[in-house]
Amino acid sequence: MTFEHNTLDQVTTWVKAGHVSDFPEDGGSSILYKDQQIAVFNFTTINKWFATQNLCPHKKQMILARGIIGTQGEEQTPKVACPYHKKTFSLETGENLNGCEDSITTFPIKIEDDTVFVGLVEEK
Amino acid sequence: MARIVIVGNGMVSYKLCEKLVEKNSSASITVIGEEPRPAYDRVHLSAYFEDENADKLTMAPKDWYNGNGINLITSEKVSQINREEQYVTTHTNAKYEYDYLVLATGSSAFVPPIKGVEKKGVFVYRTIEDLEMMMAYGKKASSAAVLGGGLLGLEAAKAAIDMNLKTSVVEFAPRLMPRQIDEEGGLLLKNKMEDLGIDILLGKATSNIEGEEEMTGMAFSDGTSLDVDMLIISAGIRPRDELGKEAGLEVAERGGFVVNSLMQTSDEKIFAVGECASYENMIYGLVAPGYDMAEVVAEQIANDNKEYTFTGCDMSTKLKLIGVDVASFGDPFCDNIPHYPISINDKKNGIYKRINVDLEGKKLLGGILIGDADDYNMLHQMFINEMALPPHPQDLIIKSSGEEGGAGMGVDALPDTAQVCSCENVSKGDICCSIKDDGVTDINGIKAATKAGTGCGGCLPMVNNILEDTLASMGTVVRKEICEHFPYTRQEMFDLIKVNEIKSYTELLEKYGSGGGCETCKPLVGSLLASIWNDLILKESTIQDTNDRFLANIQKGGSYSVVPRIPGGEITPDKLIVIGEVAKEFDLYTKITGGQRIDLFGARLNDLPLIWERLVDAGFESGHAYGKSLRTVKSCVGSTWCRFGLHDSVGFAIEVENRYKGLRSPHKLKGGVSGCIRECAEARGKDFGIIATEKGWNLYVGGNGGANPKHAVLLAGDIDKETVIKYLDRYLMFYIKTAEPLQRTAPWQEKLEGGIDYLKQVICEDSLGIGEQLENDMKILIAHYTCEWKAAINDPEMRKRFTHFSNDDSHDPTQKFKRERGQRFPVAW
Repeated sequence: MTFEHNTLDQVTTWVKAGHVSDFPEDGGSSILYKDQQIAVFNFTTINKWFATQNLCPHKKQMILARGIIGTQGEEQTPKVACPYHKKTFSLETGENLNGCEDSITTFPIKIEDDTVFVGLVEEK
Repeated sequence: MARIVIVGNGMVSYKLCEKLVEKNSSASITVIGEEPRPAYDRVHLSAYFEDENADKLTMAPKDWYNGNGINLITSEKVSQINREEQYVTTHTNAKYEYDYLVLATGSSAFVPPIKGVEKKGVFVYRTIEDLEMMMAYGKKASSAAVLGGGLLGLEAAKAAIDMNLKTSVVEFAPRLMPRQIDEEGGLLLKNKMEDLGIDILLGKATSNIEGEEEMTGMAFSDGTSLDVDMLIISAGIRPRDELGKEAGLEVAERGGFVVNSLMQTSDEKIFAVGECASYENMIYGLVAPGYDMAEVVAEQIANDNKEYTFTGCDMSTKLKLIGVDVASFGDPFCDNIPHYPISINDKKNGIYKRINVDLEGKKLLGGILIGDADDYNMLHQMFINEMALPPHPQDLIIKSSGEEGGAGMGVDALPDTAQVCSCENVSKGDICCSIKDDGVTDINGIKAATKAGTGCGGCLPMVNNILEDTLASMGTVVRKEICEHFPYTRQEMFDLIKVNEIKSYTELLEKYGSGGGCETCKPLVGSLLASIWNDLILKESTIQDTNDRFLANIQKGGSYSVVPRIPGGEITPDKLIVIGEVAKEFDLYTKITGGQRIDLFGARLNDLPLIWERLVDAGFESGHAYGKSLRTVKSCVGSTWCRFGLHDSVGFAIEVENRYKGLRSPHKLKGGVSGCIRECAEARGKDFGIIATEKGWNLYVGGNGGANPKHAVLLAGDIDKETVIKYLDRYLMFYIKTAEPLQRTAPWQEKLEGGIDYLKQVICEDSLGIGEQLENDMKILIAHYTCEWKAAINDPEMRKRFTHFSNDDSHDPTQKFKRERGQRFPVAW
């Protein structure tokens, strides 16, 4: 099973991540789906939700969900900072914003009736 | 009411009007100028080429003259002075009576008597009108020559380059700027000019300007020639003294109205200022001496003060010539003075510096800087104020690698009387006053309050240094904004939160910030909120760094370490057993820390509340090892057991640790208490160290270990316990309020201007009168202390956060451990 794609039209499975209240305001928490760890962020200040891989590519730690989220620059790019060495990644594109680490995978996310769903691409 | 008539409307004339207005002179003032516009800034004339905007160069618009009751008459030339009846007449036969007449007629360009100088295409470089004519002519020309390789000549060359003309500079002397710089400097400058595409012809006497009606070239006395379409003459100035000759005023041999130190001409009712005045046979062709002369006259007219006199002026100068820094000060040559020259000639980087030092090596006599004049202000001040030189004067011009700024001395070494802005005659003391007494905090404020830096602007870097230095000496942190989301310094944020009673990050962001915050401002505000309200940091946990969010220290593999508080390092066997049992149950690696406590590593997120439940039950509290807050107060065993001990160091350490536990600060805080001078607690390596003496305690502050170890320095000696606590309350609170983010006490203290002496005044003598306030602020924080872990485990909502997955109770399955030396280790990443 791989989760390489992250565009909306490729989603094959919408995974239920939990109730909106399971995710702290302006913060994140990780969910486990099969053997995959996904970081889910509830960015209350800008009223948006994001989902990315939980693994920080720098030291390969399952940690991003515990990072501080924020925005960067005039475009107000939403980002997360890894707690270990403050590597920051765009929550939209997954790109490393302050270095040359590999990008992280980002996933489509949607809220229906206060339930959070993350969109995955699973091989049949 | 005295009637003052000022002839001429240049920069010095304007400055005289400005000074008279400032001094509330009751005189009625009439200014008569032959140019069509009000006074403008001739120093920056070449800027006119960049945008052809004459208004930008204007010193003050006509409205300013009207508004101040000054009668400004332009395009009118004074043609005669009647000294007997005290009036002047103009070329339109208008008549103006005066009680005092001020001649500020300035100078005109000196045009050498060369054959053909009247031909079309020959210009002088003096007024905006000259420039306009040059520019019009330059449109059909392809090349230009400048006659004169002095300061103004090179300025004119820049103008020609800006007009896209192939440009040559012709100089009679064997080097450029012969009056300011020496041969080596001149050679370097020549190379730099040539790099910019300007041809430099030296040692050339022009014998003829060739061509019919329009000039086509120049012929030199050595038989060579130059084909060129236009010529800009910049061969020096000639004082405009023609009015005086007719009126019988004494005129100097080399031109100019002869004046005494009160700027009076041979007729005491008539003054002369600026470039038309000759003081001790010298014409001062710079603006700063002209302003000084204006002050002398203004004092006499407005305040009847004859004490303030003109005594000559330092001709030091710094400017940027076509992008090349050139400066000279004092006596750049010292041709007839015994001296040692020290110079560097860095041909690779195009830098030449020379200083002239007296034979005893004590004083600076003068110098030259080309290519890099950053040190000019400092060197110039050392020269003017006859400041003592450092042991190795060469350090003044040679920057050691990795060091910023050469001149080896800071602005704090300058005396208050040092003149910083020579254009406006502003001293360091004036600038400091505007900062300290009038509360000015930025460059623009200083410009408005003192006028410093409003002339040539060359002193602005130094003014800025004085500003930063003075602000720092007042305990104000030089403006360092937090991040893109908050345009404030840490100290401003502190005040915003406190004054407006802000209790959450979200509220602060909404009211004073922008965007969505970031990993810099969020934890910082979290720390400030805790420093001010000492509220539970768990309430808004997602703004905290992971350590503060989960009240533990993150380690490799995503596990955390746990440090219970062991005040003063004293622990009962029962408590030791509990720590052992907890460690065993949760398979935690244990290690004794440097701060006399026990660290338990490898705790998984989900286990943290369970571990703390056990510890809190046994009477432990959070050790705040995860926070920018008080860590431990280390102690030696003290007088209780030790045969050398003077007082009970352990008891005092426990008292102090319990007093400040949970105190949030810009960075971590550590303390130590030693029972005697042997200092077994290594207290002087801490942010605060208390050492027993025969008479009481010595209190040391500002030490740390780490990358830059620092010993704490004595704040107060032989004081009793109550005084130690009082001073510590004040010291810590002062630090918390004024330090920068993540700045420990040692660097904070070092950056405080006045250092430890200043701190002693603030803390021990209460020089700022804030002692009581600081103590009260500390009392509030102490009163609000709660153990964060006790609160967390008793609140189900808070407990809920301590899980790795929100949809699964399991630990992070990717965490890997191994066993070594009988304990559990994380697998290396």
